[in-house]
Amino acid sequence: MGCSRSRDNLLQFISSVLNTQHPRDWIETRPQGLYCRPAGCFIDPHKPVARAIITHGHADHARPGNQWVVATPATLDIMQLRYAEQAWQDHVALAYAQPLCLNPEAVEAEQVTLTFQPAGHILGSAQALLEYAGSRLVISGDYKRRHDPTCEAFEVTPCDVFITEATFGLPVFKHPPIDQEIEKLLESMRVFPDRCHLVGVYALGKCQRVILALRELGYDEPIFMHGALIKMCELYQSHGIELGSLIAVNDVKDKRSLAGKIVLAPPSALNDRWSRKLPNVRTAMASGWMQIRARSKQRNAELPLVISDHCDWPELLQTLTDVNAPDVWVTHGREEALVYQATNMGFRAQALSLLGYEEEDD
Amino acid sequence: MEAFAKLLELLYFTNSKLTKTAVIHDYLRNTPDPDRGWAIAAIAGTLKFDMFKRALIKKLILERVDETLFALSYDYVGEMSETVAHLWPNSADKTAIQLPSLSEVVEHFQQAKKADVEHYLVELLDNMTPAQRWALVKLGTRGLRVGVSARLLKRILAEYGNTNIDEIEALWHGLEPPYLDLLGWLEGKEEKPDVSQRVTFNPVMLAHPLDEEKLQGHQADYINLCDWQTEWKYDGIRVQLVSTPNGKALFSRTGDDISHSFPDLLAKIDFEAVLDGELLVIRDGQIGSFNQLQQRLNKKKPSKKLQAETPVGIVVYDALNINGESVTAQPLQQRRALLEQWYADLNVESLLLSSVLSPTDIADLTALRQQATDTQHNAVEGLMLKRLDSTYVSGRPANQWLKWKRDPMQLDAVMMYAQRGSGKRSSFYSDYTFGVWDDGQLVPIGKAYSGFTDAELKELDRWVRRNTIARFGPVKEVKKALVLEVAFDSAHHSNRHKSGIALRFPRIHRIRWDKPANEADILATVKKLIPDQA
Repeated sequence: MGCSRSRDNLLQFISSVLNTQHPRDWIETRPQGLYCRPAGCFIDPHKPVARAIITHGHADHARPGNQWVVATPATLDIMQLRYAEQAWQDHVALAYAQPLCLNPEAVEAEQVTLTFQPAGHILGSAQALLEYAGSRLVISGDYKRRHDPTCEAFEVTPCDVFITEATFGLPVFKHPPIDQEIEKLLESMRVFPDRCHLVGVYALGKCQRVILALRELGYDEPIFMHGALIKMCELYQSHGIELGSLIAVNDVKDKRSLAGKIVLAPPSALNDRWSRKLPNVRTAMASGWMQIRARSKQRNAELPLVISDHCDWPELLQTLTDVNAPDVWVTHGREEALVYQATNMGFRAQALSLLGYEEEDD
Repeated sequence: MEAFAKLLELLYFTNSKLTKTAVIHDYLRNTPDPDRGWAIAAIAGTLKFDMFKRALIKKLILERVDETLFALSYDYVGEMSETVAHLWPNSADKTAIQLPSLSEVVEHFQQAKKADVEHYLVELLDNMTPAQRWALVKLGTRGLRVGVSARLLKRILAEYGNTNIDEIEALWHGLEPPYLDLLGWLEGKEEKPDVSQRVTFNPVMLAHPLDEEKLQGHQADYINLCDWQTEWKYDGIRVQLVSTPNGKALFSRTGDDISHSFPDLLAKIDFEAVLDGELLVIRDGQIGSFNQLQQRLNKKKPSKKLQAETPVGIVVYDALNINGESVTAQPLQQRRALLEQWYADLNVESLLLSSVLSPTDIADLTALRQQATDTQHNAVEGLMLKRLDSTYVSGRPANQWLKWKRDPMQLDAVMMYAQRGSGKRSSFYSDYTFGVWDDGQLVPIGKAYSGFTDAELKELDRWVRRNTIARFGPVKEVKKALVLEVAFDSAHHSNRHKSGIALRFPRIHRIRWDKPANEADILATVKKLIPDQA
């Protein structure tokens, strides 16, 4: 990696001979989000646009009101569940590894091809590979490298420019193995057998991952659910992901029977009136942010579970090495540290300032 | 050490006092001496020495982690111990090495030579989990805060030994870690420790704020002036002067021994008494301002020059012991009479007796409080009302002592810079530098980080993030558009600030989302609030 200067020159030479264009010449950031000019398409726009590529179903990436949307089938199902008739006016379902020409009306040299590759973040999550004029750009969306039975594993995709997220882009972030965190929850259940363990989880992704991790460690009792989580779990089940026995808290007549049980709820419900009806609650929260004490305190979590659907710092660096794109653009999160480290590793790195992503969503 | 780290982890993340109590009782029952006594000392903040310095920790981490990445991490985490706990590289083979016990760690550091401190610290950190590292750094630099105050810990200890918290309080300052005698007594295995021969702090009596609404009408019987003693509320440092045949000492309100900072005062004391009063600058019988006093505070060894320039004294307002006789059980009226009698024979010019004011009615009382803002009284910040029949008890008993502070001063300032907070507020932009106009330019005059609700903090944080125009390391410069109504106790001259002004205890009183920035105050207006220097 120490010879980036001479490699730059070489790349310039090759592109001038082959008449290729670098992604910086055909990708731009606009107020609505990242924009691919030759295809006339936004990627994960945060305002309604005419044409949108959606990497995954989290609300800060998949927003309602776009006219035409292309996404993986699972992402489309998630958007439909959340936004119903507001999800889109027109859509295209694109499976992983299937190329799609985004502008078939253009002459061949001007055509842009989109291919989705698994991102390992949540069900249906994809990296978007855009190919144009002989160059390749990968937009990672959100991604992780850990084992996650609820979605397909991240696929390393060679490219000229790799746009990476940096949600946990600081060396303090080292996520422990999920088994270790779930074991903390199970141990707490043994130490406090009479307490209802209320676990805060985001409805899409984290919820189902926590359930499966519990099942993998042999917890096969029914898991009780806040109403806001049920539909998404059903959607996962319809995609062939077995979650075991789930019961809505609302269907439990005697709430006292929830003592010693696990109840999952969205984070907003943890300190809400809703949780007051549960018996002798012990509050846990599953999120990558729980590694930082103050964040756990802000959430009032007595039992912080460090479980993330994003890369931690070592995984981010490992991915840069694996993908090995000469250019790295860093977006939402702690860009500064990752740009600094990527530069030290010999990549041409820069921050790509995109507004509108929620840093809390993990 | 493992058990101690686990204890801290449990306490840190538990909110309920009941659970905290159960956790500590469980620890006391299952942990041997002297470990448990050291744990008590660490939580209560009674460890007497730093095992290692923050500077050493910082040096060690910078030998292991890139400086830029460390700075960015520290800025984000907002706290040194935790940043180090996460950044410290995991050693290659951590095959479940057993860590030394808490007391071994404490004693090792206590006896270690300087070179050995570093070596031992590295060895420990290498073999620890992040949570254990956090516990060690907090322990070693005496920065432990796990939501258990010294008072709560004493209550928990009292419950553990089936006794009264007052019993613990009375003993506390005569005991030392690792508290073998205390724990032995609490468990019924030993006699109650005898601390009568020691120079110890007696927990002080505290006041509640006066309820203005009750006073001003609705409840006419709230204050019946003939039941109360009225005094100025002095603007200094509350102290307890203990002088016995065994020795003498000056304690802060919280029981810290601050004798070393005021050798000039203690040298003049040659009587037997325990006095409650306010430490102030007193020169030739004249009281100086808080600003002058500030130069004497936090000086471990004040120079002879400083001692001569800013001599300190005490305005005495109560006594716990006179000539070896405890007077705490007597009502204030009696104590005051004894104090006056004793004071009449005294000839120590550094000690003044707090004057008793005699307001005739509530209107008179209100007028007196108004006078407290006069610039002549620059060491007064309001009134104290004490029930004449009140005995001297520790803590904050209801409706015995009342304080009535003067209204704070206020000004409209413009937010200029913001910084992230620490602790519970890390990651929130919660520290704001604000300024006022001078010749069409904003000049910074202070920094505030309190006074707002959690909901307002979130709004302010969002506003800062959306209106950032530049960054200087951890500091964000913001658009000069948000007016903050700042309340503060007083304004002083300062050579350290470009504006020439220092505000005392500034806090956000109101966020003026509605007010245009150009309508904020000007520097000249603020300068008028500075009292003439006596």
